[in-house]
Amino acid sequence: MATQQSRSAARLMMAPAVVLLLGWMLVPLSMTLYFSFKKYLPLRGGDLGWVGFENYSRFVSSSAFWPSVQTTLIIVGSVLLITVIFGVLLALLLDQPMWGQGIVRILVIAPFFVMPTVSALVWKNIFMDPVNGLFAHLWRVFGAEPVQWLSQASLPSLIMIVSWQWLPFATLILLTAIQSLDSEQLEAAEMDGASPLKRFWYIILPHLGRAITIVILIQTIFLLAVFAEIFVTTGGAFGTKTLTYLIFQRVLESQNVGLGSAGGVYAIILANIIALFLMRIVGKNLDA
Amino acid sequence: MARAVTQQRKIINTVLAWVIGLLIFFPILWTFLTSFKTEATAIADPPVFLFFDWTLENYTEVQNRSDYLKHFTNSVIIAVGSTILGVLIAIPAAWSMAFVPSKRTKDILLWMLSTKMLPAVGVLYPIYLIFIELRLLDSKIGLTIILMLINLPIIVWMLYTYFKEIPNEILEAARMDGATLKSEIFYVLTPMAVPGIASTVLLNVILAWNEAFWTLNLTAAKAAPLTAFIASYSSPEGLFYAKLSAASTMAIAPILIMGWFSQKQLVRGLTFGAVK
Repeated sequence: MATQQSRSAARLMMAPAVVLLLGWMLVPLSMTLYFSFKKYLPLRGGDLGWVGFENYSRFVSSSAFWPSVQTTLIIVGSVLLITVIFGVLLALLLDQPMWGQGIVRILVIAPFFVMPTVSALVWKNIFMDPVNGLFAHLWRVFGAEPVQWLSQASLPSLIMIVSWQWLPFATLILLTAIQSLDSEQLEAAEMDGASPLKRFWYIILPHLGRAITIVILIQTIFLLAVFAEIFVTTGGAFGTKTLTYLIFQRVLESQNVGLGSAGGVYAIILANIIALFLMRIVGKNLDA
Repeated sequence: MARAVTQQRKIINTVLAWVIGLLIFFPILWTFLTSFKTEATAIADPPVFLFFDWTLENYTEVQNRSDYLKHFTNSVIIAVGSTILGVLIAIPAAWSMAFVPSKRTKDILLWMLSTKMLPAVGVLYPIYLIFIELRLLDSKIGLTIILMLINLPIIVWMLYTYFKEIPNEILEAARMDGATLKSEIFYVLTPMAVPGIASTVLLNVILAWNEAFWTLNLTAAKAAPLTAFIASYSSPEGLFYAKLSAASTMAIAPILIMGWFSQKQLVRGLTFGAVK
């Protein structure tokens, strides 16, 4: 059907996008690789020669490394748990008949559109400030001592802010998936006397399986890269330094480019492992 | 009887959903309300909800003190510019993948997506260095190009899924009537794909508007869009809740409105068509 001519035209038209993305991927990536094998301190002597794998071993043996991995895992894991569980429950609720469904849906997904710096600053100041924050007022009403949220309970606070941003995403995707469920199947199960819990466990949850997997994979990729929220709330202090933030500090704040680049390579490998799983699911869908 | 039960359930659903919905929306609502208070009212104990003297002075104050409009314009130029640039590059690519597929089309599409997964922090320094060399640091052009590149995979992907839905026969008919490739794409395909292109533009403007890694790291006073401008409020002087709220409200309002119109496309765009 497609002629030889249209084939070469097609290749030509794909070229700009392919070349741009190839450049975007290869140029910075090879530079990061290059720097990762060098002792490179732009402000203190510049390029100080090749050091082999020293940066790689120094990055993982520094005292900040394991805590940052732990912090990353706690943030990603907790946010995933919260958003998926509440996302499923909320999607189930929003799928029920009610008045004003459209408006409620709009209210629920709104936080997703708030830029990260705004949501972090609003939470930090207007809600979590230990003197003037709304939570402090609320605590005082009950006679309790206001909490220093972002220093005493820094991780839970951060998890709350990030979960607030991502719950709408999970809910929206799970709701879309629930709505594609064949309602006759549910009705048949109901007629056969299956309890609501059984219907949820044996029909709805298996149907949602793929959507949940996709939510987990996509969110993981974005959550591993959480940056602005930490940047404007704690600046990495009080045990909130994630792997991403540690690399950022090594590269731009302490200008130890070699060390930071080695960390960057670790982050790229980690993200690629997760991306591989996501690609497989998306690819399968492409064949269908 | 059965009807009464369902009516009762509907009331419970409604109340429950509204309570949860308002709870989730509350931080945005509260920010909006605070933006109309004086700084003193904004921190009043107990907090005032609706009954205060509404004022617009925070909005004028934010503009006068820090030239808010400049950053707003930067955001518009960067978000819209990067999206339009991306769409122009992506339309031909998506066309060829959708209508002249080869054995490798699928691999190319997946590879494009995989570039989206590259953690930004891993290439932060190279990009920083390139920007210094090319004098692009703190420039709108530099940021527009970066945001175009990070959103290009999503743009190609979305356009591809929309183009796929257009029947090939229509394009073949145009070809039979002697349409050139150029007129086939611009006069036959593009008009039919307008809804798809529009929602692609909408979603990507939203994503570019809210991008907060490159905008924070590659800009300073001159080219800073709203994400970076708002971040400057993290080291405040004196009372600033009402002003922060005013600046925040203006930063999120346009995107909130666009977002509400793009709910359906959002799912499709962000799951790469895996959930429809």
